[in-house]
Order: sequence, then structure tokens, then C-alpha cells
Amino acid sequence: MRSSAFLTEVMAIARRSTVRTMRQPAVLVPALLFPMLFFSINANGLDAASRIPGFPTDSYLDFAFAFPLIQASLFGAITAGADLARDIESGFFDRLSLTPMRPVALLGGMLAGVVALGLIQGVAFLTVGLLMGVDISSGVGGMFVIVLLTVLVALGFGGIGAILAIRTGSVEAVESAFPLFFVAIFLSSINLPRELIEQDWFRFIATVNPISYLVEGIRSLVITGWDAQALILGFGFALAIVVVAIGGAAASLKTRVV
Amino acid sequence: MSSFFHVAGAVAARQTYKYFTNPAFLAPALFPLFFFVAFAGGLTRVGDVPGFDYGAGYIAFQYVWALLQAVSMGGAFTGFSIAGDFENGFASRLMLAASNRYGIILGYTMASIVRAVMTGMLVTGFALVIGIPISGGFDLFGLIALALLANIAATLFGAGVAMLLRTQQAGPVIRTPIFLVLFLAPVFVPLSLLSGWIETAARLNPFTHVLEAARGFLAGDPTGVASAFIISAILILILALWAVYGLRSAERAG
Repeated sequence: MRSSAFLTEVMAIARRSTVRTMRQPAVLVPALLFPMLFFSINANGLDAASRIPGFPTDSYLDFAFAFPLIQASLFGAITAGADLARDIESGFFDRLSLTPMRPVALLGGMLAGVVALGLIQGVAFLTVGLLMGVDISSGVGGMFVIVLLTVLVALGFGGIGAILAIRTGSVEAVESAFPLFFVAIFLSSINLPRELIEQDWFRFIATVNPISYLVEGIRSLVITGWDAQALILGFGFALAIVVVAIGGAAASLKTRVV
Repeated sequence: MSSFFHVAGAVAARQTYKYFTNPAFLAPALFPLFFFVAFAGGLTRVGDVPGFDYGAGYIAFQYVWALLQAVSMGGAFTGFSIAGDFENGFASRLMLAASNRYGIILGYTMASIVRAVMTGMLVTGFALVIGIPISGGFDLFGLIALALLANIAATLFGAGVAMLLRTQQAGPVIRTPIFLVLFLAPVFVPLSLLSGWIETAARLNPFTHVLEAARGFLAGDPTGVASAFIISAILILILALWAVYGLRSAERAG
């Protein structure tokens, strides 16, 4: 009985979170458009990089396909975090805490909204990518796994967005974290395979940066096929980020709701 | 005429003071610095691609783009600042008090040049630390001149948008076109190695000529200098008219 009530609460917040995102073209359009725009510019601008000896594929378009998926997850995280911070700023969160609804349902609902956005983005990018000529070596099964990994990444990043929102309660603070996420994406193996990164310091940063493994997990499904090691590392890091981020968000929630 | 320069001097002095007293005054340089680190650090091997013929090396190749990006974003930030002045009411008072309102545009542009010098020095200092080879000699003045012209063009564009919309929500309208112009150029490889739609876009993009000439200056092998300066001058002329149009729109709005 208790679990069904909890589920109802989560569903109510998830619905609100999803509808709110869908009703804001200013949020939805950039979240879909900008990652594809950057992907298109990067993939074409760096096409010559596929001629570097040892490059794993002859199509930079295929190689770069992980970029929009990871970047879109970042947009989703910032959007979700900013929405939660807005709820805190506007007092909605406080009013909610006066109701019997458990605060953790609010977190769950918000993250369900993130998952919904991640799913839409994953499917949309996959469709556009295929239309642009991206060749998925792992086939239809691989496409499902790509979307699954994208959703997990979105959930993990969404958890980090939630931590920022709950800790600061400020939309501006959440938005200002965007460059940090962006830096983290670029300081990974997003543009070149780690073994082809010449600068030692950059290769070191890319190696310790978990985003490299998320990227390589998605990329392996596109250019290699079924690479168990890349997938284990990709899903392993994605799950670790989800656990740490959601755990951190839940702990932060306890300090905000006294 | 003297009132024109008097107003310009006053606006420039206020903007420069405001700039240096803002703790985030080097913020426009952060994104270019970050892109510089990411591209120059992570993509060095792209310099090994057959046909990549830039003599000064890949880090220098990326430095020029980062420098032009930094000074252009400095122009965009001046646009944000103008929009802020309209939102907080300062610009309305300024328009009432200024004996020659065109001086306002010049004043903001002069302050933007100060901003560009600071951000440009930051990016250059960083590039020197990571070991960029300087082989241009006297030609480096050409690079500096092109960077200043790029800053002026971006400032005039930002000023026009800010005066037209008069709200800080104009930020994306200022930033996005500048970003697109910067990225739809030969960012990662020379123009000769681009293909597909990006090659067409880069060839049509006037900024490509400026970027290629600036890279030539740094490598001590100036190419396409005349066309780069002519294009810059034409752009500045058109964007100055755009800024004046924005100013007149603000005047009409009161």
C-alpha cells in the first residue's frame, strides 16, 4: 500500500516535470538542436582526422556520434536541475514539504522527467544520425543499448543537477555549472581515441575522466560492434555516477527538508 | 564634433572602470581558453594528417582561433553590458544627457577594445606558457590588428542587437551568431582539408579570410592579407550602420 502511494507521488511529479519540459520550446528546441549542430560541425570539420594513422574508423561521423548523446544528457541535467531550483526559489518545494508527499518522491519524479527527456533525445539523435549516414556496427540491438546507456548517463547527470539545485536553491548557480560540465566533456576522449592523444597531460586527464568511458561505451557500439570491455566500463561508470549522484541528491534533500 | 568625442570618452571611461571593478572581468576569455586547451591539447595529432601544411604547428594553429574567439566574445560581452545598461535604466539617462548620441557607440567600442586587449593578453600568455612557437616577427602586428578589427566588428554587432532589444534576454541573440561564425570556419584543419557542407560554409564565411590571414601572420607567411583587411573594413562599416540603426530604435522607444 505504502509503495503504491509512493509510486503515485512519483508519477504525479514525473508527469509535471515532463509536461513542464515539453511546454517550454525554449528548453526543448536547444536541447535537441544544439547537440546536433555541434555534432554536424565537429564531424565535418574533423573529418580529415580519420586519416591519422591508427584511427579506428574511416568515418569521423561514426566516431563522433557519441558527442550529441553525451552533450544532450548534459543539457537535460542542467534543465532538470534548474527546474528543481526554480521550485525551491518559488516556494513550491516548501509547500510540497507541508503535504504528506515524501520529498524523495519529488526527487524521483524529477529524475523520471530527466529519463523521459533522455529517451526522447536518444531516439531523436539516433534517427537523425542514421539519416545523416551514421553506420551502427552493432545493428538494431546496439541501437537499443545506445539509447539505454544514454538514458543512464542522463539520469546520472540529472542527479548531479539535482545536488546542485538542492544545495544552492538557485537557478543561476545551476546554470553557471554548465561550463564545468562542458569542460568535462571536452577533456575526455570525445574528439580523438585516447591512444592517439599526443599530449601526455591531456591523455592523463582523459584517462581519469569517467566521461571518456561513457563516450567509448557508446562509440564501441557504433564503430566496433559488441565490445564487452568498452560496454562493461561504459555501463559500470554510468551506474556508478547514477548511484553517487542520486545518493548525494537524497542526502542533500535530508538537509534541506528539516 | 568635440561633443561626439567627449561623450565617447565619458562612456569609455565608465565602461572601462566598470570592467576592471567587476571580479568576473576576464570571463569572456574563459571559454576560448578552455577550447584552446581542449583542441590544442587533445587534437595535436590532427597536425599529422596528410596535407596539413601549417608550418607553425597545431598549437599555434589553434591559438589564432582561440585569440580571435576571445576578442570576439569580448565584443559580445560588451553587448550584454549595453543590454544591462538599458535594463537598469542607465542607458535612458545616458541618452537624455548625451549631446551627441553616436558618441555612445564609439565609447562602448573603445571600452571593448580595452576588454579585448586584456582577454587577448590572457590567451596569449597561456599560449606562451604551453610553448607556442612565435615565428611571425614584425608580422605579429598584422595578427594584432586583425584581432582588434574582429573585436570592433563583434562589438558593433552586439551593440546593435542590445540597443534594438534593450533586455539582457538578448544574450543568446548576440552570442549565437558570433559562435556560429566562429565555428563555421576552418577551426580544426586548414580550408584545403575541409569537405562537404562545412567547406562550402567556410568558403562563404567572411571570418575564414580573417582567420587564414591571421594564421599566416603568426607563421611568418602572410597570405590573403589585403582581402582580410578589406573584408574586416566592410564588415565594420556594415555593422556600424547596424549599431546606428539600433541606437535610433532605442531613441524612438524613448
